[in-house]
Amino acid sequence: MKMLPTVLANLFSKPVTRNYPTFVRDPFPNARGELVNDIDRCIFCGTCSRKCPSQCITVNKEGGQGIWSLEAYACVSCGICVMSCPVNSLSQKKTYRPVGTGRVTVTLTGKLPEKPAKKTEKPAGAKPAQPAQ
Amino acid sequence: MARTVIPFGPQHPVLPEPIHLSLVVEDEKVVEALPTLGYVHRGLEMLAVKRDFNQMIQIVERVCGICSMIHSLCYCQGIEEMMGIEVPRRARFLRTVWSELHRMHSHLLWLGLFADSFGFEALFMQLWKIREKVMDLNEGTTGNRVIVSVNVIGGVRVDLDESQIRWIKDTLVDVEAGIRKLQSTIMNDGTVCRRTKGVGILTKQAAYDLGAAGPTLRGSGVAQDMRQLKYAGFDEIPFEPVVETAGDSWARGNVRFRECLQSIDLVRQALDKLEPGELAAKVKGKPDGEVVTRVEQPRGECLYYLKGNGDKFMQRVRIRTPTFANIPPLAAMLPGLDFADVPVVVLSIDPCISCTER
Repeated sequence: MKMLPTVLANLFSKPVTRNYPTFVRDPFPNARGELVNDIDRCIFCGTCSRKCPSQCITVNKEGGQGIWSLEAYACVSCGICVMSCPVNSLSQKKTYRPVGTGRVTVTLTGKLPEKPAKKTEKPAGAKPAQPAQ
Repeated sequence: MARTVIPFGPQHPVLPEPIHLSLVVEDEKVVEALPTLGYVHRGLEMLAVKRDFNQMIQIVERVCGICSMIHSLCYCQGIEEMMGIEVPRRARFLRTVWSELHRMHSHLLWLGLFADSFGFEALFMQLWKIREKVMDLNEGTTGNRVIVSVNVIGGVRVDLDESQIRWIKDTLVDVEAGIRKLQSTIMNDGTVCRRTKGVGILTKQAAYDLGAAGPTLRGSGVAQDMRQLKYAGFDEIPFEPVVETAGDSWARGNVRFRECLQSIDLVRQALDKLEPGELAAKVKGKPDGEVVTRVEQPRGECLYYLKGNGDKFMQRVRIRTPTFANIPPLAAMLPGLDFADVPVVVLSIDPCISCTER
């Protein structure tokens, strides 16, 4: 008899679990997922590669071009690079990167910022990082 | 009767992680238990010479897959002590909130696994159903379920807004109701009591002598909890350790069950004490000197020894985790038990082997 309320409640309640592939829960608004770089805004300062705990980002400058590359499956989605990016070019999607069977290296190339001298003209104030020097 | 040696682990249905016990059995009674470790050593301590002291936060978080936030809290506290940084008040309470949420989900996970170890599948599922709400709180507030990455040296990097605080409080009402509903099952149910009461007894003196930590120690009647050291926000939140005196598996389960309820209370108090303010103090310079810090993990006392020499790389990071302290008491508890009770007793210390081997 003691079990009766539980039995009745279970008879008339929905299942606790979701029927996964059919119903997918939306990610939370601040979920930390796949890392993306808006390469047009990137100034290739290299802050992200220096701060990354898993050292999965490398930034190179060759012949007037900047190369930003990410060892995709070594990224632990901690969000340190996003937090430290001086021009907010990095961001994280809410969803994770789909699983893969091999290494994935994301390589993005972009133009280096044109005038690093421009900053020195400005008086000390907002400091959008130390561009390529 | 001849003695037989039965290998228990490293792969065993009740063990979430690999530990090997050579059980010397005589007539279904355990005579001796010899533990062997070393199956999941990852060398995380040595990474300190390759990653700078800020990057190490994310690395020490990965020492444990359950109480990650508390590891980084301990590490950050050590560096802050070394560099003489005062953490803002709001950050201290936010750290308390997340560390208690971690303790809660760890205990609920363990209670579920414990129920599973004596074959009570339904209780296991009910407990994990409740745990999922706590995991959602972690993910909704920080962006990740387990490895929350909220700590930075000098404070925290994630804030809670009013709506999130209300959401946490509302969810905790549900969580508390859910846990209380299971109270009589965990404490008084005939099946549970028969499998756990009087099984794996560790006396108060033995617990103290063998250096047990955390719920294993408190289950034997020693009121020792590192939160009494008043780290993070615990200096302003009144705190009394949960103690049971029986010293058996049931008592250790009960300590953890009551600590779940206590954690809910502590989170509420910490949320009430949140005042607007800074999240992190400014950090200048590099760590120099040596320091030992201790915090209370869900499994017991966690100790960090940190040594820096003014360079951006630490010279030494030494981590001593509670399961390491709890293995000698486990080896002392097992002799004299029925072989069928071994899984229950092994789980009753809440073994976290990846923690132990770093």
